Amino acid sequence: MDALSALLTGFQVALTPLNLAVAFAGVALGTAIGALPGIGPINAVALLLPLCFALKLPPETALILLAGLYYGSGYGGRISSILLNIPGDPGLVMTTLDGYPLAKAGRGAAALAISGIGSFVGGTSAVILMTFLAVPLARLALSFGPADYVALMVLSFALLGTMGEGKAVKTWIAVALGLLLAMVGIDGGSGVERFTFGSLELLGGIDFTSLTIGLFAVAEILVLAEGMVSGVVSRTGDGARLSLKEIRYCMPAMLRATGIGFFLGVLPGTGASVASAMAYTAEKRISDKGTFGKGDMRGLAAPETADNAAQTASMVPMLALGIPGSGTTAVMLGAFMMYSITPGPLLFTQRPEVAWGLIASMYIGNLMLLVLNLPLVGLFARLLLVPAWILYPGILALSYAGVYAVSNSAFELIITTAIGVIAYVLRKVGIPLIPLLLAFVLARLLEDNFRRALSLSDGGYEILFSTPTSIILWVLALLAIAWPFVGQLQRGRAPTPSEI
Amino acid sequence: MRTSIAICCAVMLSAAAQAQQFQPQNPECIAPAAPGGGFDLTCRLTSRMLNETGLVGPSIRTTNLPGGIGAIAYNNIQAQRAADPNVIVAVSTGSWVNLAQGKFGRFNESDVRWLGAIGADYGVLAVRKDSRFKSLGDVVDALKKDPASVKVGAGGTVGSQDWMKPALVLKAAGVDPRKMRYLSYEGGGEAIGALIGGHIDLFPGDASEVRGQLEAGEIRLLATFSDKRLPGAFAEVPTAKEQGYDVQWPIVRGFYAPPKAPEASYAYWTGILAKLNADPRWQKARTEQGLFEFDMIGPDFDAFAKKRTADFRALAIEVGLAK
Repeated sequence: MDALSALLTGFQVALTPLNLAVAFAGVALGTAIGALPGIGPINAVALLLPLCFALKLPPETALILLAGLYYGSGYGGRISSILLNIPGDPGLVMTTLDGYPLAKAGRGAAALAISGIGSFVGGTSAVILMTFLAVPLARLALSFGPADYVALMVLSFALLGTMGEGKAVKTWIAVALGLLLAMVGIDGGSGVERFTFGSLELLGGIDFTSLTIGLFAVAEILVLAEGMVSGVVSRTGDGARLSLKEIRYCMPAMLRATGIGFFLGVLPGTGASVASAMAYTAEKRISDKGTFGKGDMRGLAAPETADNAAQTASMVPMLALGIPGSGTTAVMLGAFMMYSITPGPLLFTQRPEVAWGLIASMYIGNLMLLVLNLPLVGLFARLLLVPAWILYPGILALSYAGVYAVSNSAFELIITTAIGVIAYVLRKVGIPLIPLLLAFVLARLLEDNFRRALSLSDGGYEILFSTPTSIILWVLALLAIAWPFVGQLQRGRAPTPSEI
Repeated sequence: MRTSIAICCAVMLSAAAQAQQFQPQNPECIAPAAPGGGFDLTCRLTSRMLNETGLVGPSIRTTNLPGGIGAIAYNNIQAQRAADPNVIVAVSTGSWVNLAQGKFGRFNESDVRWLGAIGADYGVLAVRKDSRFKSLGDVVDALKKDPASVKVGAGGTVGSQDWMKPALVLKAAGVDPRKMRYLSYEGGGEAIGALIGGHIDLFPGDASEVRGQLEAGEIRLLATFSDKRLPGAFAEVPTAKEQGYDVQWPIVRGFYAPPKAPEASYAYWTGILAKLNADPRWQKARTEQGLFEFDMIGPDFDAFAKKRTADFRALAIEVGLAK
């Protein structure tokens, strides 16, 4: 069946009143859940799954709901990231970098609008790519071997250097701390426990969500509490609305970010958090003239676009080959199984109404999200009218409730608090927290793949440069490191250490 | 005279009566993993079917208590709910593997009351459709010649049950399992991806997770680690036993109750699990989940759990994973 006619059949499924209503409910709920710190899409999808059965929804309807929840959450999470500097989900950390300065400059509504548009561009482009190229893309992703992943991670670390901003030593301290935290738990390659100190709770490692909440929500609130005591809390006024010129200005960044986000989303293992980080750091490398981190629209559009492109793309290997590319798609795969649909290469031919109905619903859902979100940005921005002494404790309580709801463990709350206090101290001494979190995310991928590569080659390092893809990525990594020097040479002077 | 008959009858009926007397209040199934995993599905599916078939009246809620393939839940039950009659906890073969290696803290397999199994998945040995290996014998020959020439990859760490399956094959072939070239992936899905992508040669997975790929012809199965051939899509696949290597690996899914759960509640839960296993509606739902029949309740399951854990302990010590 040709993709276009198949998509048309998909629309026939997706446009039935029930499925339209369910898609709307899914994306609206997703936006709300994304806005709550601590409860990520993976838990939301898992918690809603039993409800689908209780309501006796047909499988395609249930999947439309769950998928809407998943990609809808990419729209909702930006609210607290931009307005309050509190990312509730690891994929949204980069959003704070330029989003919060924009909000502080009184342009919170404009920042929310551009991130909504970015999410739409990323999400919709990814669905289009998925419609026409799902199977070949998924196959291509599987050919990506351990050596290619290692080179990709090295490139990511090289781009992390762009976060330095004249304090390279502090950035590397942050990276080292992130790597250290990532070591905690059972080592996959040998089954040996590392840094668990005999604690069963630490066997599984430090939870991603707890780390994000601790590093950002708890620490931010501690800093603010200190500011309230000393009377210096920044407030937001009403700045200029988003102009068409600004959207055009962000377009190239969004398209680049779509590419990066889609690519990293299709690859099993790398998800939205790696995608948004790479999109931001790459965009900064390409277009920064000293404005990134101070409220550059492109620095906000890039990670938001990549986040949504990656979320959608991570469904490609699941739908095309039955192989989950991320935690959330693994849960969705579980949903397929509960409906006794065998996910796999035959899904498109055996159950076209499910596969194509889902894809068609994603076009509709993204449009709904844009229409739903744009008029509301002003309303969201008014969140800041809530007095800080209600708002911040409220956010903190929600974050802790989110962490506890998922883990049912008081230990997770202690970890979150401890990380928050440490993060507060780190902020006080000027160590940036974002490189710490990114290093944590990348470390696991780097180490696992490095060890897989070396066990394939029996310890020989030549395997790391053995594929064309890996060589291209190594060259890009070298370029990312050399770029500032090249730029400086063009301007006819040597770089000073603070600029590296 | 009448009194003594009454007493006599009361004694005779007491076991049955106890089970009838106990009715759970606000029953709960603990899934010792994050939402979406195998434990979670076990709890949610069983709870749903127990309620749907009317075996349990009050709706059973599922609580997730993730950590250490059941270690956190195992300890939590001991510390906080040792006598709770209303709670059952999901367990699988993977829990026993870790229990055997001392990864469950200071508790061992005698510290809970094993209720029963509701089904099982079985280990399989998968290769890519165009693999050079045509039978289990081919793999064993290659391993004997050079253990490092076969790249094995699966979704668990060294020492996990996915590692144990090929380790037992190596042991059956007289090769030291520690010489296996093993790549650990994040979950079976990633490992299947690596198999299809051509990065690994051998994937020791579970029947339910490879079915889609098998039906699509992406992969071939060299053996199932079951006692008899598995039905349906697996009917053509010979067991390892048929091919001369008696390696069996059922991934049993079942439940346990807290250590001090009263007799009445133990009798109640074993009773309803037995009825569930006999119910055709459950059998249908179980098959749809990719699970096979594994009907073992009460004392049999208790003995089985202890035997399996002891076997795994011996194996772990033999290959140097535990002391």
